[in-house]
Amino acid sequence: MGLLYGLIAVGLALIFGLMDVVNFAHGEFLMIAMYVSFFLFTFFAIDPLLSAPLVAAALFVFGAVVYLLVVRFAMRAKANAGMVQIFSTFGLAIVMRGLAQFFFTPDYRSVPHSWLGGKTISIAGIFLPEPQLMGALVSILAFAGLYFFIHRTDFGRALEATREDPGAVALVGIDKNRVFALGWGLGAALVGLAGAIMASFFYIYPDVGASFALIAYVTVALGGFGSVFGAFAGGIIVGLVEATTALVLPPSLKSVGIYAVYLLVVFIRPRGLFGSM
Amino acid sequence: MDKNFAVRRRRDLIIAAVLAGLAALAPLFIKDVYVQNILILTLMYAAMSQSWNILSGYCGQISLGHALYFGIGAYTTELLFTKFGVLPWFGMLAGGVIAALIAMGLGYPFFRLRGHYFVIATIVIAEIGLLLFQNWEWAGAAMGITIQVRGDSWLKFQFMRSKLPYFYFALVLCSLAWFVTWWLEDSKWGFWWRAVKDNPEAAESLGVVVFNSKMGAAAVSAFLVAIGGAYYAQFLAYIDPESVMGFQFSLLMALPAVLGGIGTLWGPVLGAAILIPMTELTRSYIGGSGRGVDLIVYGGLIVAISLALPQGLVSLFSRSKAKGASR
Repeated sequence: MGLLYGLIAVGLALIFGLMDVVNFAHGEFLMIAMYVSFFLFTFFAIDPLLSAPLVAAALFVFGAVVYLLVVRFAMRAKANAGMVQIFSTFGLAIVMRGLAQFFFTPDYRSVPHSWLGGKTISIAGIFLPEPQLMGALVSILAFAGLYFFIHRTDFGRALEATREDPGAVALVGIDKNRVFALGWGLGAALVGLAGAIMASFFYIYPDVGASFALIAYVTVALGGFGSVFGAFAGGIIVGLVEATTALVLPPSLKSVGIYAVYLLVVFIRPRGLFGSM
Repeated sequence: MDKNFAVRRRRDLIIAAVLAGLAALAPLFIKDVYVQNILILTLMYAAMSQSWNILSGYCGQISLGHALYFGIGAYTTELLFTKFGVLPWFGMLAGGVIAALIAMGLGYPFFRLRGHYFVIATIVIAEIGLLLFQNWEWAGAAMGITIQVRGDSWLKFQFMRSKLPYFYFALVLCSLAWFVTWWLEDSKWGFWWRAVKDNPEAAESLGVVVFNSKMGAAAVSAFLVAIGGAYYAQFLAYIDPESVMGFQFSLLMALPAVLGGIGTLWGPVLGAAILIPMTELTRSYIGGSGRGVDLIVYGGLIVAISLALPQGLVSLFSRSKAKGASR
């Protein structure tokens, strides 16, 4: 489960953590991805597992478009840019929820009989649910990919440089909007992967994103902004803490443990575990 | 102090007095209960947003966890009332004091955090409060508390036949929050806060005790919000954790100030006057279909306003005013 949180958080780690742009619509990106996956299954009978790359591609376009249509202007604001980002993306989240309700109705939906759903696998006598296992695998791959991408490619360097100093970057011929649009697309594509995996074992409804979004923010902040590895570690810690809390406290309080650990960590290390910002 | 500032402050006070006077007369002409209800909510959110603005606007510590103080105000009042028979008026004050103390207790570790880490910490602490109240059997857990209403009574602050007393109390609360802000703007605290917001290091070096001024802002802000929470609980005569402590309250307190103009005297009032009727109208006229059209319109407007006017609606009225307030 921890790696699953990590998977949801990895896209946010890129947008929120590395590009330093607040995205309050992250949960809604996840929701959209789950719906895309659901409809691909219903109309074309493509299993969520196979459709994951398609969902990721769709979300890539979506993320880039959102950046170009909304976020680009929010970042241009001179006064209180942070608040403008928070509330424009928050407004966007409401619109997306409204649209989902309008087109897909508020009904709970699920993908029946997917390849992974409801199956377990036995490793050394321990039964593990297959979807979660797949989620964990994809999560590790996604983190490794992002880490490589940020630290080993020109694009990654351009991204970090753009965050540090958009003015200087323009001088050396990097188009800030192009870099950030690609960054948003990539972040959204990673959420797309998470959504496709989760579609096979979670109910899908317009508000589904909200319940995961806060945990994703906490995961990224716990690991520390500006660190891919931090978000990965954050995901694992969040998963472990949640499982431990569930053992000692009633299930309805399981998130309290996660929040408490976040507070504890930032009181001791105000920049998160591995943060550089 | 330059002369313009003093003139502007006197003018603000006069405008506020006139507006409050006009608002007090409004019920003479508006008999429709539905419209009265919207007016009450507008005044209440204006008051809440004004209080939020003290900590987050003037002092620059963006909190998205003020629902915690709202809920504490509501729960303190109602628990004291239903379990011990303490009159809501005292419960209200007790709630305010408790919220202010909690705000300072939390401020001690919280104010070391900066930026996103601080904002997320405020969201998280309010969420912890919500979950704890949802699981606290004695306080009604997720079912909440229903307040027995037996006829109209100023003593118990509950009214069945008319909404007018609630309206006037909301007006008083809103005027109070405005006046406190107005008064603080020109006090040494107001100047400290703006200095802390703009550049904490420079402020510290000039002798402003940054930590204490943040604490002061947090306490005043939490106190006023808790009073509002207590009022809201009496108004609804029913509370449960989600309806007084949910994350949407934190946002609804911040939103009017942001739309109207964060860190300005008139921003929260202006923002609430536009946002709250808009929310209610979209909900009741196009929300009936249950298909989320109201959400689309509402969210779309928020996006549009926040992108078009990053300094808030106040900046439309007068350039010099916006500048003066952001000093």
